[in-house]
Amino acid sequence: MKLRLSPQPYEWLDRKQIIEFEFEGEVYEGFKGDVISAALWANGVKTLGRSFKYHRRRGLLSLANHDINALFQSKDYPNIRGDVTPIEDYMSVRAVNTFGSLKHDKGTLVEWIGKFLPVGFYYKAFYSPKFLFPKWESLIRTMAGLGTVDTDWTEERKPKRYLHCDVAVIGAGPSGMAAALKAAEQGVDVCLIDENPVIGGSLDYQFANEPDLGAERKRLKKGIASHPKIQVISSAYVAGYYGDHWLAVNTPQGLIKVSAQAVVVATGVFEQPAVFRNNDLPGVMNASAAQRLISRYAVKPCNTAVVLTANAEGYRAALDMKKAGIEVKAILDTGERHCRCVQEAEKNGLVIYHNAEMVEATGKQSLQGIVFRESGHERALECDGLLMSVGWAPAGAPIYQAGGKFSYDERLEQLLPSQLPDGVFACGRINGVFDIEHRIQDGEQAGLNAALYASDEPVPDSMDLRATQAHSHPYPIWEHEKGKNFVDFDEDLQLKDLKGAIAQGFDNIELMKRFSTIGMGPSQGKHSNMNGIRILAKARGQSIDETGSTTARPMFHPTPVSHLAGMRFRPERLTAMHTFHQRYQAKFMEAGPWLRPEYYRTGLPRKMCIESEVNSVRTSAGLIDVSTLGKLEVFGKDAAELMDRLYTMRMSNMKVGASRYALMVDDSGVVIDDGVAIRYSEEHFYVTTTTTSSDNAYRMIQKKVIEWGLSVTVLNRTGQLAAMNLAGPNSRKILAKLTDLDLSSEAFPYLAMRQATVAGYPVTLIRVGFVGELGYEIHVDSAYGLRVWEAIMKAGEAFTIKPFGVEAQRLLRLEKGHIIVGQDTDGLTNPYEADMGWAVHLKKPYFIGKPSLAKLKEMQSRTLVGFEFLSVQAEDVPLESNLVIEDGEMAGRITSIGYSPVLGKHIGLAMVDVALKEVGTSLQIRLSNGRMVKAKVVETPFYDPQGLLQIPQDPEELSQESVA
Amino acid sequence: MPLRLLKYAWKKPEEEPRFFPDEKPLKKAYDVVIIGGGGHGMACAYYLAKEHGITNVAVLEQGYIGGGNTGRNTTIVRSNYLTAEGVKFYDQSVKLFEDLSDEFDLNIFYSTRGHFTLAHTDSAMRTMRWRAEVNKHYGIDSEVVDVETIKKDIPYMDVQCNGQHPVMGALYHAPGSVARHDAVAWGYARGAQMRGVEIHQKTQVTEIKTQDGKVKGVQTNRGFIEASKVISMVAGSTPRITKMVDMQTPIEVFPLQACVTEPVKPFMNTIVVSGSLHVYVSQSSRGELVMGASVDPAELHSTRSTLDFVEGLTDQMMDLFPFTSRLKIMRQWAGMSDITPDFAPIMGKTDLEGFYLDAGWGTWGFKATPVSGKTMAYTVANDRDHDLIKPFSLSRFEEFALVGEKGAASVGH
Repeated sequence: MKLRLSPQPYEWLDRKQIIEFEFEGEVYEGFKGDVISAALWANGVKTLGRSFKYHRRRGLLSLANHDINALFQSKDYPNIRGDVTPIEDYMSVRAVNTFGSLKHDKGTLVEWIGKFLPVGFYYKAFYSPKFLFPKWESLIRTMAGLGTVDTDWTEERKPKRYLHCDVAVIGAGPSGMAAALKAAEQGVDVCLIDENPVIGGSLDYQFANEPDLGAERKRLKKGIASHPKIQVISSAYVAGYYGDHWLAVNTPQGLIKVSAQAVVVATGVFEQPAVFRNNDLPGVMNASAAQRLISRYAVKPCNTAVVLTANAEGYRAALDMKKAGIEVKAILDTGERHCRCVQEAEKNGLVIYHNAEMVEATGKQSLQGIVFRESGHERALECDGLLMSVGWAPAGAPIYQAGGKFSYDERLEQLLPSQLPDGVFACGRINGVFDIEHRIQDGEQAGLNAALYASDEPVPDSMDLRATQAHSHPYPIWEHEKGKNFVDFDEDLQLKDLKGAIAQGFDNIELMKRFSTIGMGPSQGKHSNMNGIRILAKARGQSIDETGSTTARPMFHPTPVSHLAGMRFRPERLTAMHTFHQRYQAKFMEAGPWLRPEYYRTGLPRKMCIESEVNSVRTSAGLIDVSTLGKLEVFGKDAAELMDRLYTMRMSNMKVGASRYALMVDDSGVVIDDGVAIRYSEEHFYVTTTTTSSDNAYRMIQKKVIEWGLSVTVLNRTGQLAAMNLAGPNSRKILAKLTDLDLSSEAFPYLAMRQATVAGYPVTLIRVGFVGELGYEIHVDSAYGLRVWEAIMKAGEAFTIKPFGVEAQRLLRLEKGHIIVGQDTDGLTNPYEADMGWAVHLKKPYFIGKPSLAKLKEMQSRTLVGFEFLSVQAEDVPLESNLVIEDGEMAGRITSIGYSPVLGKHIGLAMVDVALKEVGTSLQIRLSNGRMVKAKVVETPFYDPQGLLQIPQDPEELSQESVA
Repeated sequence: MPLRLLKYAWKKPEEEPRFFPDEKPLKKAYDVVIIGGGGHGMACAYYLAKEHGITNVAVLEQGYIGGGNTGRNTTIVRSNYLTAEGVKFYDQSVKLFEDLSDEFDLNIFYSTRGHFTLAHTDSAMRTMRWRAEVNKHYGIDSEVVDVETIKKDIPYMDVQCNGQHPVMGALYHAPGSVARHDAVAWGYARGAQMRGVEIHQKTQVTEIKTQDGKVKGVQTNRGFIEASKVISMVAGSTPRITKMVDMQTPIEVFPLQACVTEPVKPFMNTIVVSGSLHVYVSQSSRGELVMGASVDPAELHSTRSTLDFVEGLTDQMMDLFPFTSRLKIMRQWAGMSDITPDFAPIMGKTDLEGFYLDAGWGTWGFKATPVSGKTMAYTVANDRDHDLIKPFSLSRFEEFALVGEKGAASVGH
């Protein structure tokens, strides 16, 4: 660790713990607390990565969590950030995006041909001749990307947490710490979020050698540590501000979703690099990066330094270097400065050149010297470190995302918040406050104001503590005829690239970004956008504000998918009878969040299991779990009115104790749901919906109740009630064993509803006929669902009752020609097309979709028909969705098909042009393999067309109660 | 090395022709004013000039070229739609896309990747089969493939979906492609302006002047422009424009969000869509995974991003690609989708003479860019709806001649 310094006062290292890690196949040592980049630098490793496009050697630039040229790969992760990821024992990493190795990267070939790859080069070539494009594209894709994904990586998920506080302070530098403490002193809950493992921010690296600040540092840090109202979340950043002070805070342990009443943005500023030839040579870095290296990791940035500066901070950095035993060859001041730091630098014997201009950095693998111009003379200096202190750009993402605005302050040469949303406060350097005492004071007023705001108290105006002198160079950019002056280090963009983009008409900040890709790399422009704006503004002769800036969208830093996703929660709903289904070897299928028995496995092939269930219903009795249906209770003064408006049939004239088919269409008359409605009393209905639309229907109905201002309550009882359908010729006999209710047709006719006791439990019974047999739908409290079910199964033993699943039901209803909404209907099907005009009561004053249906009734172009095959080879049986073809044109499609064991043939429903609807018409069906088969249109229902079986004794009931 | 690259490289930036001209003053009058400088507007201007010789055209863009949904979509191009109308229309679009690079002399990176729409339920399988059958009928290369085929093409996908919603099959659409969305707009813009069309950025239309049921011109933040033909091609801003002419459309605007990961070496060469899981994903030539989910649940005229979106998307994404948990989301954004009740666009003439509408592009606008530009240019030039867009007229909502493309939307609604 040849560049390691003696212990520094605020270093983050645990020197007792030495950690060995591997980089590019070689073993290095570091201390616990080192990040990868610092540990490597301490060992004299200055090439940390290769650049994205030209594969140039790159070292440290910011050491502030956005050094995209120091990205590493381990066997488990891509794109590991060297400037923020701590070293660990046995860690083994290599640089990303190299061809061969970091030292001998064949990718450097690209730099040799770099001349031929100017900005947007890929738009200009590779497309002609067309057949070669895939080859070029494949080459481009090989060169693209950073880290490598191993598709065998297993899933990783980190739990999320929620946190509520009054004031969230983002950034624990001097002003953020002051804000947090001040806010907490007002008695509100404060949450202080900082990117680093140790709070303190620039107080500990820019002002490490300021003896006067010792007491203040102690006050702030101790105050925060001991204050019961402050919760510190360190090593965490605000990935996004999402409105209403809702913050996504990413920590190494996972995401914390913070809901605050007020937010203090004390995120500070990003130091911006200067743009000059070879400004990317390892050894050229931001002055603050050098200060961080020394203060946090006790690592010497270099042995001999030159400082390029446009502000007082550069002088302070030069002094810090000297203190750390680094020879400071010169301070190159881009102008002339008069401040305490200058005097101090002079006192310390530092050489200062005023009005200096950068020419270039020189060196092969890393920085060996620099050339600059001063008073018209070019001078060269030898050095292995060039520290750039030429300006700052706000870390303004939370403010932008909250809807705030920035405008350029010509005095400070910096973008400052000009408009802050309610409850968002800014302080410190992001607010243009640079003097350290002022930064603390600014933090205190922001903390106080945020606390007041969070407590609904009036917020006073703040004192303007902004600096009066520029801390940024208005144009820290030096041209060079040989180029290689990089503006965007992520994307390898040089000054000429941006100029090229502008010259070609991409002279709007967004267009320049999109054409050149500036700011689109993983650092999202943190070190490049400001210079990009300056370059564009100058080229167009506009002000910075006229030029504008691009939008700072989430994420602030790239945020792990595993954190955003969190733990895997997939709600799964089980019916009350689930354990029975399991015992009976049900094959389950998903129906929305529910699991339903598709069929029950008996050891026979699937088809035979299903047919045997069908036979059981047709010949004796079957029982199906229909608990997944949506179940809504509707009660109140306007219950009947609501029902009339929601459903196509009239519901208000339904007798108490009766049931009715309930068909729902949308405004355009499209069938969206169906079920059964029953009437418990004048003002009390109960209605079922299809399984998948239950939530939508409930939500829509709730909305309508409010819109229409009806006095009615809608209760979603889907999960509270179990439901089952007992069907088959013997169903009455089975049910009679379990209830005292008179089940005779006179007492309990078809489509009637009764409340009774079955097996000792209170239930609602509806006589229904969906599957075409005598049948009862039984609705019962979920708690008793299984007991009632088992009682029926037991009572049915003598009749060899069988449970049946969804597949058998599909076949049974198909035999009856009943539709399934969503299968036999599509996104445009109206009731007339579905052959259900009987379910539409246009005489009602209003129902949803009525105006549309009134017109649609007269303009039907397609309709649902039944069809059958007299004989068809097994391999020629069409599939659902196969097309009906007439004269070479599409004339319809099959919506349902199945083999009816009772009828001994394949039957189906098809939506066809009305021209094909007549019974006896021959349908030409195109199989998936292109072959054609013929079917014949027939009457539906296919089975028991008169419906005698579902109303075994008194067929006249059908005309009385069922349909209009 | 391609010759064109050599040519480009040896030129000085100033020698390279500008894509877009410098700002210049608005003229008093134009033959045609196009509101909206996105892909559709630029394409329409281009075809007006190129195919109909109408060059006295102004494209007015309130922001910058391609800054709306053109620059916010996930760049997928396909024609595996569900209805005859949709299939024919998008097939034309795909064919136009294939030749655009040559036509523009600009590489739009039209890259044919193959497009899998996964089915996790038997009802989704039915829809896939329906689309495949309709596609095949019109000669579109689509087919239903089984899980084994999917596994072979996308070996790194967990077809079991972590034990829930296992993949049952997919609709495979070989021509499914991605393209560099910005370049499409730029190519059209450059082509249009080379032929004399004027493009005015930062020019907002504030009013449309009419007289006796005819369009007279538009008021902008830069003054009044006389024009007897005005076309609105503004996607999510459509309600603002139609309000200016008191026109009712059934359009509702919902935000549609998307995000990208940090770049990684390309490994995913196909486009994968799962309606059930609300995920669609492809990997760009920069190495980013470009991902989207479904439109936001509530109507909103805004492009703000939400945390729910990215949480939900990443969670579901992992069911298909567990290893993506090690990637990082770099950026998220949103666009405003103008959605119609039948998920098909609204195109063509309107009741107001001289006012043409190209709207209702919801989540399927980018892939229609060339064909919508071409057919709208025809419609405007001849004042007669192009045959391909007749089914998409605004009047269908009164005549109940809806198109019904919901089943073919990749994006959940």
